[in-house]
Amino acid sequence: MTLNSAPMTTSAAPAATEAAARPVIEIKGVAKTYRTRDGDVPSLRPLDFTINDGEFVVVVGPSGCGKSTLLKMVAGLLPPSEGEIHIEGRVVTRPQRNVGIVFQSPLLLPWRSVLDNVMMPVEVKKLPRKEYGLRAMALLKMVGLIGFEKKYPWQLSGGMQQRAAICRALVHDPKIVLLDEPFGALDAMTRERMNVELQRIHRETGKTALLITHSIPEAVFLADRILVMTERPGAIAAVYDVPLKRPRTIDMMADPVFVALTQTVRKHFNVEGEIH
Amino acid sequence: MGGTESTRAGRSLTWLRPLVFLVLLVVVWDLAIRVFRIPPYQVPAPEDVVITLWREWPMLLREAWPTTVATLWGFFLSAAFGIPVAMLIAGSKTVESYIYPLLVFSQSIPKIAIAPLLVVWFGFGMLPKVLSAFMLGFFPVVVSAVQGFKSVEPDMMDLVRSMEASRWQIFRMVSLPHALPAIFSGLKISITLAVVGAVVGEFVGSNSGIGFLLQRSIGNFELPTMFAALIVLAMIGVILFWLLDVVERMAIPWHASQRQDLIIAA
Repeated sequence: MTLNSAPMTTSAAPAATEAAARPVIEIKGVAKTYRTRDGDVPSLRPLDFTINDGEFVVVVGPSGCGKSTLLKMVAGLLPPSEGEIHIEGRVVTRPQRNVGIVFQSPLLLPWRSVLDNVMMPVEVKKLPRKEYGLRAMALLKMVGLIGFEKKYPWQLSGGMQQRAAICRALVHDPKIVLLDEPFGALDAMTRERMNVELQRIHRETGKTALLITHSIPEAVFLADRILVMTERPGAIAAVYDVPLKRPRTIDMMADPVFVALTQTVRKHFNVEGEIH
Repeated sequence: MGGTESTRAGRSLTWLRPLVFLVLLVVVWDLAIRVFRIPPYQVPAPEDVVITLWREWPMLLREAWPTTVATLWGFFLSAAFGIPVAMLIAGSKTVESYIYPLLVFSQSIPKIAIAPLLVVWFGFGMLPKVLSAFMLGFFPVVVSAVQGFKSVEPDMMDLVRSMEASRWQIFRMVSLPHALPAIFSGLKISITLAVVGAVVGEFVGSNSGIGFLLQRSIGNFELPTMFAALIVLAMIGVILFWLLDVVERMAIPWHASQRQDLIIAA
C-alpha cells in the first residue's frame, strides 16, 4: 500500500502475515547512551532485530529499560548513538512519512474536534483533505466513534480518546504503527476491550506494528513475536513466537498455551528484575 | 438535565452577590461616619459622593477618556511586544539566558520613580502616559506567555514532530493555541495594571485624565470629587476587564475554565 492508495475501507486487505516475510524495520547494532552532566548513561546496549511486513511485535521490559527510547529512535525522533535503523531499506535520520505513533496519553488537542484531531497528520503533511477526510471517517467508524466526530476530546472517555488517537496514527495510511504503552492509562476492563479492538484494527489494516508494554498478558494477547528486554541498559533477553491462532479472544487468556507463555515471559523478570 | 436553567440562575447570582456585598460596605461606610463623627474633609459621606457623581458626570466622563485611551494604548503595546518577546524567550535558551534575568530585574524598579523621567523625555502629553501604562502592563504578559509556550507536553512535541511538522506548523497548530489560556490570564492582569500605569503617568505630568483630576481634587480638599473619580477609575478597569473576558470566551471556548454543561457521559 502506498501513500496515495485509495481511501481505506473497513473491508480492506487482511493482514499480510502469510505473505513472504519482507523486512520493514531493521535494527542493526543500535545502542543509545545519554550524555548527562554526571557522565554517560547507557540506556540501550547494541540491539539487532528485524520486523517483517504486517507483523505485530511487542516489546516487554521493566521500567527504564530503554523501550521508549527504542521506539523514539525507530520514529526518527531520537538519533541512535551507535548503529542504524532502516525502514523499508532506508536509513532513518528524521521523522518518517510512513510511520504513525500512539503514546500512552491520547494527546488530543482540546481546541480541535475529534475529526480535526484525526486529520492533524493530513493537515501537517498537506495531503488531499477530501480523500483523507473520507478515510478518517472510515477509521472512526471502524473504532466505533461515528457520531462523536464533531465532539471535543474532553467530552469523551479515556478509552474513546485513545481510539481517536489510534485513528490519528492511521489516517495518513502509514506502513508502520508504533505504540508506546497505548493502554497504560486505562482501567483493566477498558484495556482488555482495547486489546481486542487493536487486534481487529491490525487485522483489518495489515499494518506493521511495534508495541511497547509493561503488561505480559497484553503482550501475549497481541503479539506475533515478543521481545523481552532486560533492565537498563536494555538488551534483548529473549524472543518468543506466539503460536496462538488469530483472531484471539479474551477467553483464550485461559488457554494453557497462553498461560504457559505468560509464565515463561514472567520468569525473566523474576530473575532480571521487577515488572508490573 | 435542566443545565441551562441552573446556569442562568448561577449567572444572575454572580452579579447579585458582589452587589449585595457592595451595598453592605456602603452602609458600613455611612454608619462609620455617623457613629465616629468623621469630618467630611477626611471621609465624605456616600450620598455626597453619589451627588457629585451625578452632577459632575459630564466632566468625569471627559476626564475618563484620555485615561482610557492611554490605558488601551499601553495595553496594546504590552500585548504587541510581550507576546513576541515571550515567544523568543520560550523558543531559545540563549535568548532566555540573556533577556529573562534583566526583565525580572527591571521589574524591581518602581515605575513611579521612572514616570517623571518619561515626562522629562517626552513632555506633557499622551506619550508618557502610554509608556507608563506599557511599563506596568508588559511584564505580566511576558511571564504568563512564556509559561504558556513552555508548558506543552514533551510527548505532544514528539507527536507533532513525528508527523514531520515544520517549526512554524508546530507553533501555529500546537504551541500558540496551547499558550492562549495563559496569555489571556496575563492580558487580564496587564489591563488592570495598565490602568494604574496610565494614572501614574497622569499624576506626574498631565493636565487631563482621571489621574490629574485625583491630584487636583485632593489638593483642593474636594473629597467627594476625588471619591467620584476613584469610582470612575474602577469602572474603567472593570469594563476593560470584562471586554477582555468576552474576547477570551470567544477565543478559547474549549478551555476548561470556559466549559459549562458540555460534558457528556461516554
